[in-house]
Amino acid sequence: MIATQLPILQVILPLIMAPIALIVRSPRTVWMLTLLVTWITFCISLTLLMQVLEGGTIVYRIGGWAAPWGIEYVLDKVGAFVLVIVSAIGSIVMTYARRSVEAEIQEDRIYLFYTMFLLCLTGLLGIVITGDVFNLFVFLEISSLSSYVMISLGKDRRALTAAYRYLIMGTLGATFYIIGVGMMYMMTGTLNMADLAVLIPSIADSRTIQTAMAFLTVGVCLKLALFPLHLWLPNAYTYAPSVVTAFLAATATKVAVYVLIRIVFTLFGDVNILEGLGVQNILMALAIVAMFAASIMAIYQDNMKRLFAYSSVAQIGYIILGLSFASQVGVAAGIVHLFNHAIIKCAIFMGLGCIALRVGGVSIKNMYGLGYRMPWTMAAIVIGGLGLIGIPMTVGFVSKWYLVRAAFEQDMWIIAALIVLSSLLAIVYVWRLVEAAYLKSAPQDAAPISEAPLSMLLSLWILALASIYFGVDATTTMNIALDSADTLLNGGLQ
Amino acid sequence: MQTFSGLFNYWVVIILMMMGFYMVISQHNLIKKIVGLNVFQVSVFVFYISMGKVKGGTAPILAEGIEIYSNPLPHVLILTAIVVGVATSALALALTVRIKDAFGTIEEDEIEALEIEDQAKNQESLS
Repeated sequence: MIATQLPILQVILPLIMAPIALIVRSPRTVWMLTLLVTWITFCISLTLLMQVLEGGTIVYRIGGWAAPWGIEYVLDKVGAFVLVIVSAIGSIVMTYARRSVEAEIQEDRIYLFYTMFLLCLTGLLGIVITGDVFNLFVFLEISSLSSYVMISLGKDRRALTAAYRYLIMGTLGATFYIIGVGMMYMMTGTLNMADLAVLIPSIADSRTIQTAMAFLTVGVCLKLALFPLHLWLPNAYTYAPSVVTAFLAATATKVAVYVLIRIVFTLFGDVNILEGLGVQNILMALAIVAMFAASIMAIYQDNMKRLFAYSSVAQIGYIILGLSFASQVGVAAGIVHLFNHAIIKCAIFMGLGCIALRVGGVSIKNMYGLGYRMPWTMAAIVIGGLGLIGIPMTVGFVSKWYLVRAAFEQDMWIIAALIVLSSLLAIVYVWRLVEAAYLKSAPQDAAPISEAPLSMLLSLWILALASIYFGVDATTTMNIALDSADTLLNGGLQ
Repeated sequence: MQTFSGLFNYWVVIILMMMGFYMVISQHNLIKKIVGLNVFQVSVFVFYISMGKVKGGTAPILAEGIEIYSNPLPHVLILTAIVVGVATSALALALTVRIKDAFGTIEEDEIEALEIEDQAKNQESLS
């Protein structure tokens, strides 16, 4: 009985817990409740992934109303995979969160932070699981509004302006998306993704549908911070509390990429917009510019959080590049990099959170000698950094290997060379951190510091080890990604 | 139908949309930006509402002698979007209040100047 209700429970549980957290108020209890909910959602999403891998796509009708009238939750392989990423990151971040939140957020606001975290999780999970384009918009706004609030909880006053700018850009993006949805509805009279995918090909040449597609793509690209639309991201990540940065960097942009995958390969799957309308060239060009421009920006940052925020923009470039190949290997590389980058970035930002807790800042000068003063934290960050570069035996290598293979498949030698070249830039910015931490000595008057608390170190190392494990043995993740890419390229949801 | 007057609503939508969008981009006052954002969103509301209207149609309530109804679905959808829009404006205004408290101004260029000062202070305290 309960097994058939899992898709809805996944979204409902954090949603119900949010107002409860608001009533309970005690920081400790609220944290424990949130922790419980995040781990339950993680277990549910794992079960769902197993079910999808064995039995194929799961369709759940809300209230028993059949689509296209009712709202459907549809979970195929790529959906289930992203669902696991989001809920896994959610649960690990929550395990890590308590000490960091106590240090960085005013005590009387802590329960509000957890409420917002739960709402954001609801929104992100909902986006992934829904099969209805308007429902997706609602979840998108739930997750966005709560993430604006979470960012504004940062200590620095610049967190407020970062949140404000993100709000303006994010709302523009979401409104663009809703304009696109409206135009599709005008032409087809349906909001169901599977239904739209069937109806769109026959009218794909109409100007309305093409305009709709443009609005949808630009709107979502704002959300996922594709290169020229990324301006909100660096400040938001830099001034948000560490926990928020770790969570959003690993999930929010990833889920937006998932929406782009849905638009390009499911809604417009049979139209082949990538090749037919020249979208491929635009996305590819922007992705490559992102890889270089953002990496170069990263090299010049003194604030480590900001450095890795720019690196996130560059890494999103790799993901979009993979998708823009529109081949099985390319899309699979993009999907697997969603997972790999989520692990790496979450680990790095968690590590920076530990440093912020013990040292009080994450500027390059704060890093001096930290390799010896906080060896465990620093080692985990370096493992993450190696993953960003794409050293063999780390997850980053798997993604880049498949990206380069996808480029070779289509005889795009130059792009393959550019992928390798941009990795060299990653070496430069990761080296800056390594140099400061291991080769510079700590200032004489530095106060003695201890290693980060166990709960934080543990979550950090789970991710660091995961980034090695899935780098050495990538068969599980790669098989799921290749399968998902195959279904996506061969006609969407079913 | 395809004349200027036949598409009157959509012209209004486009004009409002561009006005709102331009305000968001060009204004430096945080409140004016929010106003622009609202105008932008309202244009989308009008767009949805016009889309659902059927000429000569009435509200979708079963009654004798009435055969043409407007499509209620876009109207319902846009009710949701209006709620989202209200929430967004409320949050944006709340943030503006906090920004005014923290920076003492809501002019973007002045805030930027203060932010650069903050940056400089951070670097000083470290060196």
